[in-house]
Amino acid sequence: MLAEKERAEWLRQKANWTRLSAMTMTHHARLGHTGGDLSSADILTVLYLGGILRIDPARPDWPQRDRFILSKGHCSGAFYSTLASRGFFPLERLQTYMDSLSMLNGHPDRNKLPGVEANTGPLGHGLPIAVGAALAARMRKENWRVFVLTGDGELQEGSNWEAAMTAQHYGLDNLIVIVDRNRIQQGDFTEKTIRMEPLAERWSAFGFAVEEIDGHDTAALLGRFDRLPFQPGKPSCLIAHTIKGKGVSFAENQPSWHHGVPNDKQLAAAAVELGAEVGW
Amino acid sequence: MVTSTETLRVPAPQLFDCRDAYIHALEEMAVADSRVCAVANDSLSSAKLKSFRERFPDRFVNVGIAEQNMVGVGAGLANGGMIPYVCGAACFLTGRAMEQVKVDLAYSKSNVKLCGMSPGMAYGQLGPTHHSIEDMAWTRVLPNLAVVVPADPVETAAAMYYSLMHEGPMYLRISRMPVPRVHGDNYEFKLGKAVRVRDGNDVTLIANGVLVARALDAAQALAAMGISARVLNMSTVKPLDREAILDAARNTCGIVTAEEAFAAGGLGGAVAEVLAQERPAPMRILGVPDVFAPTGTEEFLLGHFGLTAAGIERAAMELVKNEG
Repeated sequence: MLAEKERAEWLRQKANWTRLSAMTMTHHARLGHTGGDLSSADILTVLYLGGILRIDPARPDWPQRDRFILSKGHCSGAFYSTLASRGFFPLERLQTYMDSLSMLNGHPDRNKLPGVEANTGPLGHGLPIAVGAALAARMRKENWRVFVLTGDGELQEGSNWEAAMTAQHYGLDNLIVIVDRNRIQQGDFTEKTIRMEPLAERWSAFGFAVEEIDGHDTAALLGRFDRLPFQPGKPSCLIAHTIKGKGVSFAENQPSWHHGVPNDKQLAAAAVELGAEVGW
Repeated sequence: MVTSTETLRVPAPQLFDCRDAYIHALEEMAVADSRVCAVANDSLSSAKLKSFRERFPDRFVNVGIAEQNMVGVGAGLANGGMIPYVCGAACFLTGRAMEQVKVDLAYSKSNVKLCGMSPGMAYGQLGPTHHSIEDMAWTRVLPNLAVVVPADPVETAAAMYYSLMHEGPMYLRISRMPVPRVHGDNYEFKLGKAVRVRDGNDVTLIANGVLVARALDAAQALAAMGISARVLNMSTVKPLDREAILDAARNTCGIVTAEEAFAAGGLGGAVAEVLAQERPAPMRILGVPDVFAPTGTEEFLLGHFGLTAAGIERAAMELVKNEG
């Protein structure tokens, strides 16, 4: 029991490292998506460093690997930090975020960076691709699973619901959609922009087995990802309730931090609050 | 000298729906290669996929009327090691899912084959919503995406078999309008290579798809007037056969292009880009002008816009006369 607690705590610290790493990258590039990087960090960390994803950084193209697709491609700061942390490429490469000719584009490019499954950036692309990859596992009689992380505002794109219908029709229980429910989109709070609630009921009406979770509780996330699918014969949807800008007080719950860029002072303050040191 | 009575005795050429060649090839490939699968958007009969579904139920996905999802699903299947043929009416497959074609396929270099069915003005009477004459301009500017417009059933089948060996995304424009054969049984499709289907040194006619047979008819009519027209089947719009274009510019007095697409941005535009920069030559670009088509059958509309043997012949005559 204690071991599990320690594991969750280690992951929490790792996630804070990812947060600071992403903010440092954004600080360097003068561009980035701090709010979403921070809300998604625990989910990414648990998947990649918590032993959930069956992947091998030495063989990123291993055919039987689990697939993780970052549909909210703008959260590349947290994603790249996680991939580097997991060993897909050297940590030092994070220093080149959005530099001219860098492999670390503002949005992920699978042809440049190992570990990236799909080129994303425009919203509403990840879930259809994930559905295709889940169907491929079935056609090839393989048991890989497909994880896709979407934003909540992103679900305003209709293509998600097209894909949800396909996932449901084909009973893709090797597919799990994780919604980073931070309640803020680029311009404002989601509920002020276009109401997303009742979100759980919507997914469940589309045939998903839905659960909700505190998206920053690494122990809870670990426990939930350990037992998939939620229900045999159905695709799973985990609505992860998160705080946009989580872990950095001045960025929390502020729509302006969707793509806010920290200055030197703010970056230093964030490091203190997160109790982390980047080290690359 | 061919007299009119003799002409009447020539039997009408046999005409083919290229979709039959496409589906025959697709099913043969599915037998030979377990990675081949098909994705459809409900349009099973227009994409002729009913027998595919019966023969390979486990390798057939119908996403319903959802083209953006359909192209994304194709990208995901390719990520999982399958070779998906994503088939749907060309107008919706390209127009509705253009960003997925750009990002999920072209930019991602996904090994997905798009089969755009019934392109051009095949759905003539249904109106401009169902015409696919923008697709050439839209698709040919995308890096990594091969764009192929077969001329006849022989080339349709050959391009399909080729696509299985080609690593990367392709857009195949599969015609339903009955066309005669323009290629022999031994025809070998080569991506990016124009085929000289008729030799000639006065003027060059470059066409693809259903316009190739019409260009050949035009060349025959021109020959009767003592004008020797070269005919190139430029079935690959991307990557473009620049050498064939430059050779035509060097050795004939000008080039007429003809295609069942908007004259802006398609095959004609591609040829013009090469000529303007490397060897300016007189040109006529035949296609649909800057208007949405009126109501009519495909045959009527092609005639309406001068996309006929006579129209091509007329344009070629202008170039030859200007030269003289």
